Amino acid sequence: MTSLLDSIFSVEFLFAVLRVSTPLIFPALGVAITAMSGNINIGLEGIMLIAAFTGVIVSIYTESLMLALLAGVASGIFFGAALGYFHLKLKADIILAAVALNFLASGLTIFLLIVITGGRNTSALRSLTFPSFSIPLLRSIPILGPVLSGHNIMTYVAFLSVLVYYIVMFKTPLGLRIRAVGQNPDAARSVGIDVDRVKLYALMISGVFGALGGLYLSMGYVSWFSRDMVAGRGFIAVAAATMGSNLSLGTLLGSMLFGLVNTLTIYIASLDIPSDLVQSIPYLATVIVLAVYSARNFAPRKRRAAHRRRQRAQAHGKDT
Amino acid sequence: MGTILSIRDLWKIYPNGTIANQDVSVDIEQGSVHAIVGENGAGKTTLMKVVFGITQPKSGSISLRGKPFAPSQPSDAIQAGVGMVHQHLMLAPELTVAENIVLGVEPKNAGVFFDFDAAVRTARDISEQYQLSVPVDKRIDELPVGTRQRVEILKALYRNAELLILDEPTAVLTPQETDILFQTLDRLKEQGKTIVFISHKLKEVKRIADTVTIMRAAKVVETRAAEELTIEAIAERMVGHKIDLSRVPAPEQVGAARLSVRNLCMTRDDGVQAVKNVSFEVAGGEILGVAGVEGNGQTELVRALVGLLPVDSGEILVGSSDIASLSPKEIRHLGVSHIPEDRMEDGVAPLMSIQENIIVDRYDKPAFSTRLRIFWKKVLAHTVGLITDYRVRAGSPKHEISSLSGGNIQKCVVARELSADPDVVVASQPTRGVDIGSWEHLHSLIVEARDRGRAVFLVSADLDEILKLSTRIIVMYDGEIVARFDDASKVTATDLGPYMLGVKRQEADSAAVSA
Repeated sequence: MTSLLDSIFSVEFLFAVLRVSTPLIFPALGVAITAMSGNINIGLEGIMLIAAFTGVIVSIYTESLMLALLAGVASGIFFGAALGYFHLKLKADIILAAVALNFLASGLTIFLLIVITGGRNTSALRSLTFPSFSIPLLRSIPILGPVLSGHNIMTYVAFLSVLVYYIVMFKTPLGLRIRAVGQNPDAARSVGIDVDRVKLYALMISGVFGALGGLYLSMGYVSWFSRDMVAGRGFIAVAAATMGSNLSLGTLLGSMLFGLVNTLTIYIASLDIPSDLVQSIPYLATVIVLAVYSARNFAPRKRRAAHRRRQRAQAHGKDT
Repeated sequence: MGTILSIRDLWKIYPNGTIANQDVSVDIEQGSVHAIVGENGAGKTTLMKVVFGITQPKSGSISLRGKPFAPSQPSDAIQAGVGMVHQHLMLAPELTVAENIVLGVEPKNAGVFFDFDAAVRTARDISEQYQLSVPVDKRIDELPVGTRQRVEILKALYRNAELLILDEPTAVLTPQETDILFQTLDRLKEQGKTIVFISHKLKEVKRIADTVTIMRAAKVVETRAAEELTIEAIAERMVGHKIDLSRVPAPEQVGAARLSVRNLCMTRDDGVQAVKNVSFEVAGGEILGVAGVEGNGQTELVRALVGLLPVDSGEILVGSSDIASLSPKEIRHLGVSHIPEDRMEDGVAPLMSIQENIIVDRYDKPAFSTRLRIFWKKVLAHTVGLITDYRVRAGSPKHEISSLSGGNIQKCVVARELSADPDVVVASQPTRGVDIGSWEHLHSLIVEARDRGRAVFLVSADLDEILKLSTRIIVMYDGEIVARFDDASKVTATDLGPYMLGVKRQEADSAAVSA
């Protein structure tokens, strides 16, 4: 036990937290931007998986990291837009459309994997990976240096993406429109904003974030593609973004909280505890965190109190 | 100054066959305040939606400043200088005032970034230009409704609106806020703006309008200078038909109070006080009629009586139990029935069968079910009995209830509510939208309930109905009871009118009751 504590309070542990958080931060930003536009996007799971697959295959065939990156991001935009097409144009429920997307992603990647490898051992597909990057001055600072420096470049991109998200959301006209559409679509419509278009843009941007997360998984975190390798991160991202109220810093912290739990899981695995139990910890943590979080917002059952709360919440969208 | 907007022979028919505008022609003078009045459903809002491009007419033409004008979406209307302030404000609650004002035409920094400071400056400039003070950097959800409405007006002015349409703008305002709004409108008129003001509050129309167009049942009845019309004259043209006062004879005997409301206060969703210190009693064997223009607190009051809305303070006693904090089901168990004003919303589950709708309040009684199963044969027999007794014209009790006509759906609701054997019947607009035959039949059912000793609380916008059925009458205006008539048989519509319109009130009232 003491050895576990020792290893947790170590530079390596904190380094790992950042590494493990990376594939959560990206999709959480994707969830956040769609949530801001008024949609719940549970399709990041599928988008990440497809991008992870696309990146690996393209990198093997072209041996170009840049092309792999571009292809992966393009796949993310495409499937983000596809989700938008089904939801906004064909009026499908976005949850159902996203569930379909997730199943499609799972089946399609397995199918293509078998077609491409002919059913051989898939680990034969060695992908190119994004390089790690050590930061010249930072790395020489004690403790902080080893924790922050030497990460995969995508980890830095993830943190940069939080900043990009903030700027897009709060410093550009598009962000203003996304927020207006999410808060009161009628208001946006009344000033001539094309609400569906704005929601589509949000879904496409969320596809970019999701794709970056997927690419990191297969081309940084590991260097191969395996079936269903996203392993629920797209859903944990929904929890992370919700906890952070879809704000930039909140979403980052939410993702890192889950990153921390996941890292703990890796460390606990070294103890003599059944591994199935250990592997359930991140998901259990998600359930607990969401339960606590929603309990806090849950109005008492008395009708007066509940009603007042509702009133405040919808003081604007009155409909009598 | 000339005509800015001219509507000619306009027809609007909705896909479900409702004729909303029938051969409507209106001219609106540049620089005037033009009121369009009419009852709910008279077509005034639809007409303005056509002008603002939200919906398109079937036929007819509109010209704006002499040029043909056929907006196919709101942005077309906005570009042509038409602005609309909707009844339900169109603002993003978590954005600031400035952001809401510039939304859609945002000032930019370096061509890419949203320039918040410029937005604030712009908002401040425009607010000063029109002397409409708003806190430009506050979030919308921090502001009272009156201020939000000013933001909405500024939004339109920022987009260079010359013609400003306000759809029932005072519905959500307090009297003070209404005064401020009217000062604003006067000032905008001085600055040459044209204002179209949709309302059914006639006092306000008299106060603000230069010209009045009266609509009834999708048609324009008349357009005249406001000064040539009295409030009573407008009201008469608005409602139209002569009133037949073949009243129901007064009950032979009235029992003890079954429903007592004391000092009830309620606040609406938007923070406006909907019900102000209302007190009354309804005794067994009488019908207490509530007269009033709709939207003066009746809806909220009814919903409180049946447990659908919370109250701020005051008591609602059924017999001797205070029901103010009970659930609708508990209130029903105490013997209260509810004929709701919107039958499709609160009265029935439209996609379920007639028999299922009949038993929603009694499915759990031993006669119809055990914990595990429902005795459908008994339900069927029960429903058939009610259909016969209440003369519902229906094919089979198993048919979807929405396949019936409005009058027959309403009869199902009334059958359920009255057969529950209540002590107190709360009936809200019980005959709205039904044909004349059903109208009379429903009335006879209500009177029958009265004669069986039930206490009936009747709210209706239909004055004929109130005068025909009521034993006593109270008038609500702006959330208050402004008049009480203990002998309804001596009251006429003319007596009620001034109270309903808020022109007159019985001063002694509130004191007498709270004592």
